[in-house]
Amino acid sequence: MAAKVEYKNGILPSSEWKQELTRKAYGEMLVELGHQNPNVVVLDADLAMSTFTKFFREEFPERFIECGIAEQDMMNTAAGLSTWGLIPFLSSYAIFLSGRAWDQARNTVDYSNLNVKIAAAHGGISVGQDGCSHQGMEDLGNMLSLVNMTVLVPADYWETRRMMAWIPEHQGPLYFRLGREKVPMVTTEETPFIPGKAVEAVGGSDGTFIACGMMLSRAVQAAELLAEEGIFSRVLNMPMLKPIDEEAIARASEETGAIVTMEEHSVYGGLGSVVARVVVQGERAVPMRVVAIPDIYLESAGPEELLEIAGLTPENAAAKMKAALAQRG
Amino acid sequence: MPTLNLTEEELAETARLIRHDVLVMCNTARSGHPGGPLSATDYLAALWMNYLDCEPKNPLWEERDRFMLSNGHCSALNYALMAHRGYFSRGYLLTFRTLGTRLQGHPSKVKLPGIEVSSGSLGQGLSVAHGMALGARMRGKPQCTVFCNCGDGELQEGNIWEAIMHAGHRKTDNLVTAVDFNNAQIDGYVENVKGIEPLAEKFEAFRWRVLTADGHDMGDVVRAWEQALDGTPKRGKPCGKPSVILFRTVMMKGTGEFENEPGWHGRPPKDDELMKMLTTLGFDYGSVEEARASLGEPVYDGYVPEEER
Repeated sequence: MAAKVEYKNGILPSSEWKQELTRKAYGEMLVELGHQNPNVVVLDADLAMSTFTKFFREEFPERFIECGIAEQDMMNTAAGLSTWGLIPFLSSYAIFLSGRAWDQARNTVDYSNLNVKIAAAHGGISVGQDGCSHQGMEDLGNMLSLVNMTVLVPADYWETRRMMAWIPEHQGPLYFRLGREKVPMVTTEETPFIPGKAVEAVGGSDGTFIACGMMLSRAVQAAELLAEEGIFSRVLNMPMLKPIDEEAIARASEETGAIVTMEEHSVYGGLGSVVARVVVQGERAVPMRVVAIPDIYLESAGPEELLEIAGLTPENAAAKMKAALAQRG
Repeated sequence: MPTLNLTEEELAETARLIRHDVLVMCNTARSGHPGGPLSATDYLAALWMNYLDCEPKNPLWEERDRFMLSNGHCSALNYALMAHRGYFSRGYLLTFRTLGTRLQGHPSKVKLPGIEVSSGSLGQGLSVAHGMALGARMRGKPQCTVFCNCGDGELQEGNIWEAIMHAGHRKTDNLVTAVDFNNAQIDGYVENVKGIEPLAEKFEAFRWRVLTADGHDMGDVVRAWEQALDGTPKRGKPCGKPSVILFRTVMMKGTGEFENEPGWHGRPPKDDELMKMLTTLGFDYGSVEEARASLGEPVYDGYVPEEER
């Protein structure tokens, strides 16, 4: 039955997925960019092993600035560097960059519209055993509210590489979120990354899943589950949350009649909130559901256990789609 | 490398005019922060007129020195310094804090060419200045000196100490910081609110070169700037440490009975108070309007970024 699923744009069926780290792609691409562009500089806050900026540090020690455990100082040091036409990439965990250093990101980097690239590792709750203090589930909302900030969430290893290849061309502040765990490589080298555009991952007309980050894999799985019941939902990968592809959302509403968003982020302020704003302002508001972390703090446990507790599963998403389709009538 | 090379007497006269302008600006805007600007006027006038390498009509000149006002609420002083250095007309100062002006309540990079990076949220500017100084080094231009001004109350912010630790660690000697040590902040005297002493020892412990000066004695001010610059790559004598000058100052300096009152941190002078202050500073006006008119027409004649043309 799964053969009926219409995979598009180089997307692989779940049976063919292998696992890899998005942060590893970040570290590898920093080195490539370092060779291509002498303006690329990298900052870290005592997490160079974890964020994989260690690769860049080894290759370009004179362009690497270790800031120690001081994320606020790192954000503003990057701001100062950017005034020289340098392109600073700074790294730490999502919870610290979007939390502790938010004032620096807002008042210094974003208000001054500086060319600072913020790479946030360990986004979401799949950080797992470290527990609540390290689970970054509010970062997207915090960053989406900044006026000049471009916000990206790559789905997997390959998409991280594609985004990284583009980022030096982008002018202005930019936040992108990486994960801790290895996640399925759903996309391939054939899958396009077009800034500001959604990518259709699976074709269909029975509602649309709109997913970002590693939830793309779960959206594809949800579509596969529904296909076994003869329900053929579209899947849109939404790697750029701001500016978001409003046209693709409007078209999905119009053509498929129901929307289910999927994100590893609080139900407040992330992808679901952004998409809902577009959907309700459309010509024809359609039923919508949001698969996101409910309004709770999680705890120490395995990543899969936490994702299950939060309802970030293909099964839950499929059930939400059925409910939305029933409401559509 | 054009600076104005004013004599100490000329610097003192420029500082008197800048105090005048700051007070008129805050009075006209019916808002703003006169206290800090008047304590930092003398030493920042000396920096801006005689030491800061810049091209006022070409504020993006790459070889320029950088200035970062970390205590952004002293914006009125920053703007007055720019006007007296030739960035734009003095008259334009009258638009301070009004709709459509480039002279925002706190300095804005996106509004006013010549502001390196926006500030206003306290405790951030020193990290930014340090990043600029590191950028100068990476670009092979360590002779470009980055000057940063901090308030003393601002040193209660944690981010400041992260920056102090970082610059000391990196031996960033093209970074020169001034602290406006007027011992006053919104809720009272700094020593009572949350004391920051012993400040010189703290900076030294963080591996900085520490200088002190009387921030209102122009001879002492000039000596301090000379000594600070003598440890920088600009003078060919890098000392291997960032430098800080602790300027002992008095809030609202030059206004007689209004001096050293923390309440003036963020309160503009009313008309009668302004007239008294200006008289104490040696200006003889018949009215507030006359004082305002002395600045000239409120016209921006400074650099306009390409995207706005």
